[in-house]
Amino acid sequence: MTSTTAPAQRARRTSATTLIARALFLGAVLAVTIWIAPVLVGLQSWLWLAVVLAAAAAIFVLYSTRRFIPGKYIFPGTFFLVVFLIAPIILTVGYSFTNFGDGSRGTKEQAIAAITGNSVQQTPDSPRYNLTITTEGTAEEGPYVFYLVDPASGEIRRGGPELPLEQVPASDVTVRDGFVTAADDSAILTPDEINTNYAALQEVAVEVDETTAIRLLGIDQAFEGTKVLQYDEAADAITNTQTGAVYTPQKIGDTEYFVSEDGERMPQSWLQGVGLSNYERLFTDGKLAGQFADAFVWTLVFAAGSVLLTFLVGFALALVLNDERLRGRRLYRSVLLMPYAVPGFIALLVWSNFYNRDFGLINQTLGLSLNWFGDPTLAKAAVLLTNLWMGFPYMFIVCTGALQSVPKELTEAARIDGASRLQTTSRVIAPLLLVAVSPLLVASFAFNFNNFNAIELLTGGGPFAANEYTRGATDILISMVYRIAFGGSGADFGFASAVSVALFILTGVLAAIQFRFANVLEDVN
Amino acid sequence: MLIRRKSFLALGALGATSAMLSACGGGTSEDPAAGGSSDAGGASDAGGAEGAPQRADAQLVIWADEKKAESLQAPAAAWGEAQGITVAVQSVANDLQTNFVTANQAGNGPDVLVGAHDWIGNLVQNASITPVQLPADAADKIAPIGLSAVQLDGQTYGVPYAVETLVLFANNALTDAPSPASIEELVSAGQAGGAENVLSLPVGEEGDAYHMEPLYTSGGGYLFGTDAEGGLDPSDLGVGKEGSIAAGGKIGELGAQGVLKTSITGDNAISLFTDGKAAYLVSGPWALADIKAAGIDFTMSAVPGFEGMQPAKPFAGVNAFYVAAAAKNPAYAQQFLSDVASAPDVAREMFAVNELPPVSLELQTELAAGSPELIQIAELAEGADPMPSIPEMAAIWKPLGQAQANIVGGADPAEVMTSAGEQIAGEIGA
Repeated sequence: MTSTTAPAQRARRTSATTLIARALFLGAVLAVTIWIAPVLVGLQSWLWLAVVLAAAAAIFVLYSTRRFIPGKYIFPGTFFLVVFLIAPIILTVGYSFTNFGDGSRGTKEQAIAAITGNSVQQTPDSPRYNLTITTEGTAEEGPYVFYLVDPASGEIRRGGPELPLEQVPASDVTVRDGFVTAADDSAILTPDEINTNYAALQEVAVEVDETTAIRLLGIDQAFEGTKVLQYDEAADAITNTQTGAVYTPQKIGDTEYFVSEDGERMPQSWLQGVGLSNYERLFTDGKLAGQFADAFVWTLVFAAGSVLLTFLVGFALALVLNDERLRGRRLYRSVLLMPYAVPGFIALLVWSNFYNRDFGLINQTLGLSLNWFGDPTLAKAAVLLTNLWMGFPYMFIVCTGALQSVPKELTEAARIDGASRLQTTSRVIAPLLLVAVSPLLVASFAFNFNNFNAIELLTGGGPFAANEYTRGATDILISMVYRIAFGGSGADFGFASAVSVALFILTGVLAAIQFRFANVLEDVN
Repeated sequence: MLIRRKSFLALGALGATSAMLSACGGGTSEDPAAGGSSDAGGASDAGGAEGAPQRADAQLVIWADEKKAESLQAPAAAWGEAQGITVAVQSVANDLQTNFVTANQAGNGPDVLVGAHDWIGNLVQNASITPVQLPADAADKIAPIGLSAVQLDGQTYGVPYAVETLVLFANNALTDAPSPASIEELVSAGQAGGAENVLSLPVGEEGDAYHMEPLYTSGGGYLFGTDAEGGLDPSDLGVGKEGSIAAGGKIGELGAQGVLKTSITGDNAISLFTDGKAAYLVSGPWALADIKAAGIDFTMSAVPGFEGMQPAKPFAGVNAFYVAAAAKNPAYAQQFLSDVASAPDVAREMFAVNELPPVSLELQTELAAGSPELIQIAELAEGADPMPSIPEMAAIWKPLGQAQANIVGGADPAEVMTSAGEQIAGEIGA
C-alpha cells in the first residue's frame, strides 16, 4: 500500500452560498455565546465559561478563513473530547481533594443559615394567630406591621420590627372570619406578595418578651417561638441562648463542623478542601489495600474467564452451525440468539433467583442442594456461568460472520493436502478467524472488566465472609469501589472521586497494555 | 491508506454531527416546561426513567414517589383551587431523596417533598428541609408514633400522614396458634402444623436488618442509645455490645433449627406465604394485597419476642410532608403543611387511592370498619420504634444485616457482632 499521495489541489473559490452559510454559522455561534456567557457568570461556573469562550474563539479562528484546514476537521472531535471526557476527569480530580458529600454540599453561609433557622422552637401551648400583614411602604421592603387575631379570644394585637406589640381596639380595624381585613389606610399584602417576599418576612420577629417573638407561618398564620441558636459573625461562633453553649468551627476527621465545648457537633457542614486526606484514607487502610489486590485478581479472572468461555462456546456453536449439511440452521441460529434478546437487567435478576439454595430452579431441577451464593467458589462459578449465558450469543454472531468470510478455497486446499477436519479448523480457520475477532475479544475484556451490572444484580458482590463487610467474594473492582464510596454512611463523593482517580490510573495502565497487545496482532496482519 | 483516511474523516464528521444533535436535544429539554402553568395539578411530568423531573411551573410544586404522587393529585388540586393558586404534583420514579437533595441544592427543586421519616437526618444535614410548626393540638389529632418519628434533635421537620410497620401474618390453615405469644410457641405450632417452612422472614445472603429488627430487639440488641434529651446518641452504638451478641445467639439458634434461612429473600418471602408453603410471615401492609388475592385465611398480630426476653420492637416507618429549604414558594408550602396537619381531608383522599395505614386519629376511627387490617397495623405501629432518622443509621444496614445473615448461616454470634460493631463505628467515626 502506498501512502501519502496528497489529494490533488483543486482551485477553490468561495461561492456565495458558502459565504452565506459561513456567516450564518458564525453568527449562530456568536449568538449562543452571548446568550450563554452571562448565564454562566450568574451561576459562577467559571470552568464552563472558560470552555465556552475558548470554544467560540477557536471556532472563529478556524472557520472564518480558508486556512487551518486540518484544524477544521480536528476541532469538533477535540471539542467534544474536552467537554464530555476531559472536563469530567478534571472535575473528578478536583472533587477528590474535597469533602464533597452528604452533609457538606453547600457553603459555610448556607450551613449557618440552616443551623440557626432550624433552631426556631415553638413556645409550648402558645396560640396560633390569624395573621394579616400590612405595610405603608412597599411589599418588597416594608416596613411591615403584623395584625394578629387570637382565634380563641378574638383579641386583636399588632406589632412589627419597629412597633412593639400592642392591643388594637376593635373599632380601629375591620375583622371578618377572624382575620383583619382592613386597617387604617395601609395596604394589605396579598398571599402572592407574602409568598414572593417570604425570606424578608421571615426575618420579622414581633417581640413578645426578651427571648420569644411572633413569626410568620404560611400565608395567614403566625406562631410564637424562640430562635435558640444565634450566630456571632465577629467571633465566628454559634451560641445557644437557652443553655449558653457556644459552638465554634473545629475539625472532626478532615472536616470542620460547629462543635460545642463538650464535643457535641452540628450535623450541617460545608464544602471544604481536605488536601490529600481522601487518598490517605485509601492507601493507609491496610485492609483496604489487601482487598483491592484480591478484587483486582478476581476482576482479571472474571473478565478473562468470561471472554474465554463465551468465545469458546460461541465459536464452537458457530462452527457447528456453519456446516451446510445441517438442516434448519436458521432456526437454530435464531434460538441461540435468544439470550441476547432478553434485557440484561431482567436476565440477571431472574438468574439470581435460579441459584437460590432451597427454592431455585437449578437445585430443584437437578435435585441438588448446592449453596450457590453462600459458597465463594460456587458463587464465582455461578457468576461465570451466567455471564457465559449472557455473552455467548455475541461471540456466536461475531464468529458466524467471520467464518463466512473465510475463503472456501483455503479449506478445500487444506483438505486436498490431506488435513483432517480438526486440523483444518485449528490450523487454517482458527488463525484467520482470530485475526478478525481479536479486537472484539480485547473490547469484550474491557467491557467485562467494568461489568458492574453482572455482579451487582446477580450476587450483590456476595457472599461476604464472616467479619468482612466491604468486599464480597465475587466483587470486582468497580462494584467494590461503589460499595466503599456509597455503601456506608451516605454519599461521600470526595472519597469516591479519590477512589475513581486511583481506578482511572489503574485502568489506564491496563489499557496501555491492551493497546500493545492489539498492536502485536496488527503486526501479524 | 487514502480510503482509510477518507472513511475516518466521514466517521469523525458523523460522530461530531450526532454529538452536536444530542447536545442540541439536551439544550432544548432544559427550557422550562411550558404549558403546565394554567393546568392546576395536572402538570405531572414524570421525567425520564431516571433522574429528577424538570420542576413544574406552578405556585406550589410537590414531589413524591409514583404511588403517592398519584394519590396526591386530586387533594392537592382541590387545595390549590381553594387557595386560588396552581399546584403541580410530580412523580419521581427513582431515588427521590437523592434527586431532591441535588435539585434543592441547585435551586430547581420542589416546594414540598413527600417521603419517609428516616430521610430526615440526611435532609437536615444537607440543609434541604426546614422545620415545620405543628398546631398546638397536634397531639390530639395525630398518633404519637407519627409525631415522634418526624422529630430530630427536639425539632419537628415534617407533617406525618401514614405509618407502616412489620406484623406477623399467620396462615390459619397451617397453625393452631394464629397469634403466638412467643417465638418458641410460633416455632412449635408451625412445626406441628406441618408447613414446609415455619416462618417466612426474609434474610437472604446479604441479610435484612429491617426484617430482623423485631428478633434483634427481643434478644436484647439495640442500635443507638439515647442521650440526655431523649434523642439518639450515635456515640453509643448497640451493635457489638452484649445485648446484640445475646440476640445473635437466639437468631443463630433459629438458623440452626431451620426456622430462619438465607434462602428466604425479599423476592420470595411473600410468595412462600401466599403459596401456602409457610405457616407464618413477617411483613408489612404492602403484603396485604397479595395475601388477600391468594385467598389465604390469615390472622394478623404483633411480631412476638423470645420467651422471657425483651418485647419485639420492629421499626415503624412514617410517611410525611416536608418543606424544601430552597422552596420557591415557601409561604404556600408552609400553608399546605399547616392545613394537612390540622385536618385529615388530604390524607383521607390519599387513602382512597393509595391505602396506607393513616396516623390521623380521626381517620383511624373513621376507617376502622372498612379497612380493619390497615387500622390494626396502624395500632400495632404504636408498639414499634420509629426507625432512627439520624444520618449515622445509613452505616448500620449493611454490616448488621450481613452479620445477622452470617449468624443464620452458622457463624459465631459474638465474633460477627463485634466485628460488625467495629465496622459501623469506623464508618460513623464514633
